[in-house]
Amino acid sequence: MKFSEIDASLLSTIANITEVPSGAVNIRKDGQPLIRMSSPNITINPKQDKPGIDVIVKPGTKGESVHIPVIVTKAGLQDLVYNTFEIGEDADVTIIAGCGIHNDSHQNSGHDGIHEFIIKPGARVRYVEKHYGAGSGSGKRVLNPTTIVRMGRGSYAEMELVQIRGVDDTYRKTMGYMEDKAYLKIVERLLTHNEQKAQSEIEINIEGQDASAQILSRSVAQDSSYQVFKAAMIGKAACTGHVECDSIIMGNAIIKAIPSLVAENSEAVLTHEAAIGKIAGEQLIKLMSLGLTETEAINTIIEGFLR
Amino acid sequence: MLRLEQVSMSVNQNNGDNKEILHNIDLEFDAGKLYAITGPNGGGKTSLAKVIMGIYGLSSGRIYLNDEDITDLTVTERARKGIAYAFQQPPRFKGLTVSDLLKIADSELDIIGLRKSLRDVGLCPEDYLDRDVGPGLSGGEMKRIEIAQVLARRATVSIFDEPEAGVDLWTIQRLIGIIVNRYKDNPNNTAIIITHNENVLPICDEIIVLEEGRIRSRGTYEEIWPLIRDEIECKRRLECRGEMGYEIQ
Repeated sequence: MKFSEIDASLLSTIANITEVPSGAVNIRKDGQPLIRMSSPNITINPKQDKPGIDVIVKPGTKGESVHIPVIVTKAGLQDLVYNTFEIGEDADVTIIAGCGIHNDSHQNSGHDGIHEFIIKPGARVRYVEKHYGAGSGSGKRVLNPTTIVRMGRGSYAEMELVQIRGVDDTYRKTMGYMEDKAYLKIVERLLTHNEQKAQSEIEINIEGQDASAQILSRSVAQDSSYQVFKAAMIGKAACTGHVECDSIIMGNAIIKAIPSLVAENSEAVLTHEAAIGKIAGEQLIKLMSLGLTETEAINTIIEGFLR
Repeated sequence: MLRLEQVSMSVNQNNGDNKEILHNIDLEFDAGKLYAITGPNGGGKTSLAKVIMGIYGLSSGRIYLNDEDITDLTVTERARKGIAYAFQQPPRFKGLTVSDLLKIADSELDIIGLRKSLRDVGLCPEDYLDRDVGPGLSGGEMKRIEIAQVLARRATVSIFDEPEAGVDLWTIQRLIGIIVNRYKDNPNNTAIIITHNENVLPICDEIIVLEEGRIRSRGTYEEIWPLIRDEIECKRRLECRGEMGYEIQ
């Protein structure tokens, strides 16, 4: 199958896809399935009661990946999708998601993706979700993802949530519920520019003994953009949790970082670090002394910071 | 190759007054020679290096590189003309790796070149190429990575600001050896080493002693060392007796 130029550009940016990937795939375009394929170990079924899919990974599946990107190219479309992922016991899979909106019109285009992960005991998941907006229209590109992660005993999940560029408005909500010995790492990277607004709320409930969670957020706010980051780590058992939010502020941007720790058990060890600052002059001068222009130096620093 | 004519540099103080840091400096650096700039702390050595790199502006004077007036060029433009500067305290970057910085220094470096750059400064490529140039590196490691970048630039004029600071004794000898091999008698390059290390001075063709923003003396090691040796020894003795508020490095 050959993608149109716009589709190819969006898919390549958000999911590194240049052709239909092997394995289980579900590419959604403008509210409709464009490609849907299951694999012997990973089944993708449409939901019967609402838009979206159920992705079911057989227990013990190892080293397979699922691609489920969404693209929106139709002006004025407000897409809503509910996706459920059930990862069987002792499976080890990678899920590549993401959403790209191309909007050349004055109407707003948006995608609300509600993802629920049920990670069975001993299963391991790596989830990558990239959001990106493109197009020359004055209409907004709006992305509101909700991610709920339910982790069984001894399960492991690494989630990389990235907003690259061009998303005018986003409200991201991420919640985690963890049983004994589960490990969850959430890495969020966010770039806003112009008048864009981004709000991210992450709440991790560590309910199980010896479970461990990390929230690492890196963001850059340029121009007159506005960011709010709220991260709550709630320790309800003997567990460890760490929240780290680090931001670069530029121009007339505003950043609010609100880490919160709640210990409901005396054996819970919870920590946080938060920092907001501009790019240091020394860093710019250093890169300029290696031959970069000031703009190249700024872009290099931001690119590295959000990598 | 590099010529400074009547270079002065001032800074604004908190009370609004101007303080002159460098006073009418005249200097010439020739190709194929190694230069040491030494002198007491606060004498203007790093300021002079930053003036040459374009990090600090001049209050008066001109700077020429191969007879081209570069006084009004930016840091970037001077770097592209062939001036490189190894910072005394290199900044750290979150997310940029050692390999990233070396490739910025020389975009043509392939994996073999990257590995060699690190081995030259005594670092194991396998351990360092993919590491962030961040808080996880020690001061000595940062220093060696900084020097590797400047060597990778293959610049016409390379300035090393206290390359020995924070570096272990074994590596200092190695770094000095590399600098000597690279710059000494090379008709296309010159290196300027800002140093407090007595062992660096003898390998240099010329030593410039900078004090209170002025050139106090300049000449060969044989000419300069007798002039400053007694003073350094005297300061050491006073320091041992606790009569001085600062230490000799």
